[in-house]
Amino acid sequence: MKTIKNTGYIITFLGFAFFIGSLFVGTYKVTPKAYQQWIDNKGIKSEIFIKNTQKELVNKELSAWKLSNIVLDNFKKSNTYHKNQSNIDWNKVVHVKWSKTSKEYIYPLIRNAATGWFVNHTSLWFFLTFGLTILGGLMVFVPDYKLLGPPGIKNNGIFQHSATNRGIIGFITAFFFISFYILLYFFPNYIINPILAVNGVSKALNGNPASQWFLYGFMYCSVMTVFAVRMFIKYRHNKYQTIRTAVVLFFQIAFAFLIPEILVAFNKPWFDFKNAWPLNYTFFFDWNLNNLLNSGNLGIFMLVWGIVLTAIVVPVMVYFYGKRWYCSWVCGCGGLAETLGDPYRQLSDKSLAAWKIERWLVHGVLVFAIAMTGLTLYVYFAEIPSWKEIGLGISAYDVQNWYGFLIGSMFAGVIGTGFYPILGNRVWCRFGCPLAAYLGLVQRFKSRFRITTNGGQCISCGNCSTYCEQGIDVRAYAQKGQNIVRASCVGCGICSAVCPRGVLKLENGPDTGKTRTEVDDILLGNNIDLLNMTKKK
Amino acid sequence: MKNVVIIGNGIAGVTAARHIRKKSNHKITIISAETDYFFSRTALMYIFMGHMKFEHTQPYENWFWKKNRIELVKAYVDSVNTDAKELVLDNGTSLNYDDLIIATGSKPNKFGWPGQDLKAVTGMYSKQDLDTITHYSKDCHRAVIVGGGLIGIEMAEMLVSKNIPVTFLVRETSFWNKVLPAEESEMINRHIKEHHIDLRLDTNLVEILSDENGRAKAVVTDKGETIACNLVGLTAGVSPNVSFLKDSGIDLDRGVLVNRQLETNIPNVYAIGDCAQQHQAIGERRAIEAVWYTGRMMGETVARTICGKPSEYQPGQWFNSAKFLDIEYQTYGWVWAKPRENEARFYWEHKDGKKCIHINYDKDSKEFIGINTFGIRMRHQKFDQWLHEKQSVHHVLEHLKDANFDPEFYAQHEDEILAKFNLENGTDLKAKKKSWKRIFA
Ligand SMILES: Cc1cc2nc3c(=O)[nH]c(=O)nc-3n(C[C@H](O)[C@H](O)[C@H](O)COP(=O)(O)OP(=O)(O)OC[C@H]3O[C@@H](n4cnc5c(N)ncnc54)[C@H](O)[C@@H]3O)c2cc1C
Ligand code: SF4
Ligand code: SF4
Repeated sequence: MKTIKNTGYIITFLGFAFFIGSLFVGTYKVTPKAYQQWIDNKGIKSEIFIKNTQKELVNKELSAWKLSNIVLDNFKKSNTYHKNQSNIDWNKVVHVKWSKTSKEYIYPLIRNAATGWFVNHTSLWFFLTFGLTILGGLMVFVPDYKLLGPPGIKNNGIFQHSATNRGIIGFITAFFFISFYILLYFFPNYIINPILAVNGVSKALNGNPASQWFLYGFMYCSVMTVFAVRMFIKYRHNKYQTIRTAVVLFFQIAFAFLIPEILVAFNKPWFDFKNAWPLNYTFFFDWNLNNLLNSGNLGIFMLVWGIVLTAIVVPVMVYFYGKRWYCSWVCGCGGLAETLGDPYRQLSDKSLAAWKIERWLVHGVLVFAIAMTGLTLYVYFAEIPSWKEIGLGISAYDVQNWYGFLIGSMFAGVIGTGFYPILGNRVWCRFGCPLAAYLGLVQRFKSRFRITTNGGQCISCGNCSTYCEQGIDVRAYAQKGQNIVRASCVGCGICSAVCPRGVLKLENGPDTGKTRTEVDDILLGNNIDLLNMTKKK
Repeated sequence: MKNVVIIGNGIAGVTAARHIRKKSNHKITIISAETDYFFSRTALMYIFMGHMKFEHTQPYENWFWKKNRIELVKAYVDSVNTDAKELVLDNGTSLNYDDLIIATGSKPNKFGWPGQDLKAVTGMYSKQDLDTITHYSKDCHRAVIVGGGLIGIEMAEMLVSKNIPVTFLVRETSFWNKVLPAEESEMINRHIKEHHIDLRLDTNLVEILSDENGRAKAVVTDKGETIACNLVGLTAGVSPNVSFLKDSGIDLDRGVLVNRQLETNIPNVYAIGDCAQQHQAIGERRAIEAVWYTGRMMGETVARTICGKPSEYQPGQWFNSAKFLDIEYQTYGWVWAKPRENEARFYWEHKDGKKCIHINYDKDSKEFIGINTFGIRMRHQKFDQWLHEKQSVHHVLEHLKDANFDPEFYAQHEDEILAKFNLENGTDLKAKKKSWKRIFA
């Protein structure tokens, strides 16, 4: 068993090495025709740029790095040229921005320019990278069934291991996570080979070539699957955990991956039926509304469903079951946090100071999301073009862009997931997600959900607080005999699982303030008479 | 405003301090020699096993004490002069008090075994003990644990988690069978062996042998066997940590003798927690109760008294809990190891051999007396209520679903349990559906 596990590690690392290696190999050749199409598509007007770039790039075999540099350099050069003219022709200037230019200009050019060995062997690469990593990952986790001993909570060594205690392995892992997100969001032109590797899968699903988002979706599902297997084994004594993990994995694979891809195959809009506004912040953007409105009955249904989901389904379900039904049973961000993120849950900050920051930040993002969406809808219905300035030199498009960059990419992706091994697995869900903030308000003030504390049984050991990914100091409530009713609790159930004294139970009971939060002093062990006496004072 | 001094920053002393602060403006000082801040002793094992770091076992953040004006002094109290109301500390200073609360906890028992003070021989009570265990476990090829109680099995689990072979010497013929009935005890015996712990029942320690460096190298048992080992855990119970009070004039027996108001024979001196001993045991309880919960209750009680509301220590219905490796245990009311004259028992065990319940009730009146539950969590509030209401065993069984506290989706066994009871007793009880109305009644 140990040998299988160790072999698994080696195989994973091999696959991982192939993956990293694939970023540095491969050549790209842009044909004259593709070049012309690209110029037309992007509406590039600068003759200088068109001429120079063509000379340096077309029909040449270049690496991704070289090719990208040529484009960037020429943008800069032509911009300088145009800006030095006495009469500046702004139409010919391309705004170069690190977070946009590579993704919007270079990526489309390079995506179809790959040549050579790699392009003809994508299946082999698929196997060598994703195949090996998935296989190795399973070989690492499946032997735990025997290695961990009899079923039960096995958190041995978590705070003594470099990977799970912010050690050097943790930091290296974070470095890779963060780098991946930066490449994915801002520099997809450097991850063409991994995208090509999943081309076959994409073609099989919807007939289209893979994009970076398809790659992301595929990796997301694979990682979740491998780590869900780990969860199934680690918590095999705990039905709540196994069922929850299976359900959240199902929603990811079916609703966030397969159904949208299949919709695309039928020429319908890519639509994730479970992704609720304001987490799905682009829902009310003009392009999305127009897209849905132009997609016939199904499009209208999607539009109505999206609104009903946020306005009715979400709050009603939170009333009955707490926000957990979404955050740790359905949501994709939650799904990744509960699988890939599970080894890092203990790293969340439990201090009172962190709780304060959390409340400011998460509600701040909610306000930002509402304001941005309000503005978007205003210009939509007022029929103001979204790029048009509406005051202070700002357009609706600018605000959308800031939100997308700051919240959508940096917070949710780079920080939220990239920092798993350092800040814990729910940074986004706790500090940033506007939907979580909304659900949290409902959960805190009008819900049947609570974590019941079992009378006086708490021994203040601290396992619950330590393993709460949301940084809730569960023990502070439990040792007082008080139920836990907190806006941020996602109902993952791990506090209850790790408690060695059976103190905590997630349940949906009657929604009266008293039964949800009142402390029952009697159960802390002091007798009734005494209590009546003190109550009389 | 009184000057209240508390010796001991365990659960008892700290609970007293917190409640005094809530109720008054008294000056509060806590003196303790073990750690800077209060931590949860019950979590020592989890630090060793890597589930938590030491700081996670501290229930309050470090700013808490200053904010609540609770002064912390890290020192050992050498002696108490009750006439001058003065404490002498090991750092040479002294300290005055108006009210003194003694909450000094316990120390591990040592029964005069030859070799008990060798290196790598230790109890498991304090942070220092944990450090010792951590240090000597690094090159440990086998550990021997002496004494089959709750702390012994925790220490066995700790060491086994680091792949250290463990031999577990238990004086009794079955694990913890002075407290647990035979069935449960046997279940735990099995579970201990499942974890590859070398359990030696009915075996006493005779002597610990030393190597040339003064470190334990083997133990000798009363079965004439010598077991090579280089770490020895002494976990044969605890006793009150009160020797520093010998000449203080405070009445001592095994612990500090107190009345129901937790007062000692000297005015303004109180004792709470593990170190306190009731003149007269309360109900079926022991005179010295060395558990977390009672320390907490006593702390709260003494705080009331000191803040001008003289109160008696009134522990409610007995409850307790523990975890034996992977099997959780809870108990409410009383289930003795052997039934008394008037008692009848009902026992149900799940076929996987890791879950069971054992109910104790009155043979004639059928009044419910207590329950042991293993591998099934039960609702404290429900059993507390049933015990107060003196409900019958029939009532308890019929409403057992109300008491189930396992996480959602867990398999439930109430119907099976009732069926077995009906079969054995010729009754026709039917399990009532879980009712929130009753639970919150
Ligand atoms: C490993 C372990 C596991 C346990 N698990 C459980 C459990 O699961 N459930 C349960 O109910 N109970 C459990 N217990 C028992 C429980 O921890 C004790 O009953 C409880 O901690 C006693 O609290 P206390 O405040 O009375 O004393 P303590 O916690 O012992 O605190 C007393 C403090 O006073 C200090 N002190 C003593 N003398 C002096 C002096 N002269 N000067 C200065 N300072 C002094 C000591 O160093 C100590 O820090 C466990 C105990 C141990 C050791
Ligand atoms: S309080 Fe418990 S259920 Fe809620 S998020 Fe924290 S660990 Fe999960
Ligand atoms: S894990 Fe359980 S016993 Fe430990 S502090 Fe939390 S509620 Fe209390």
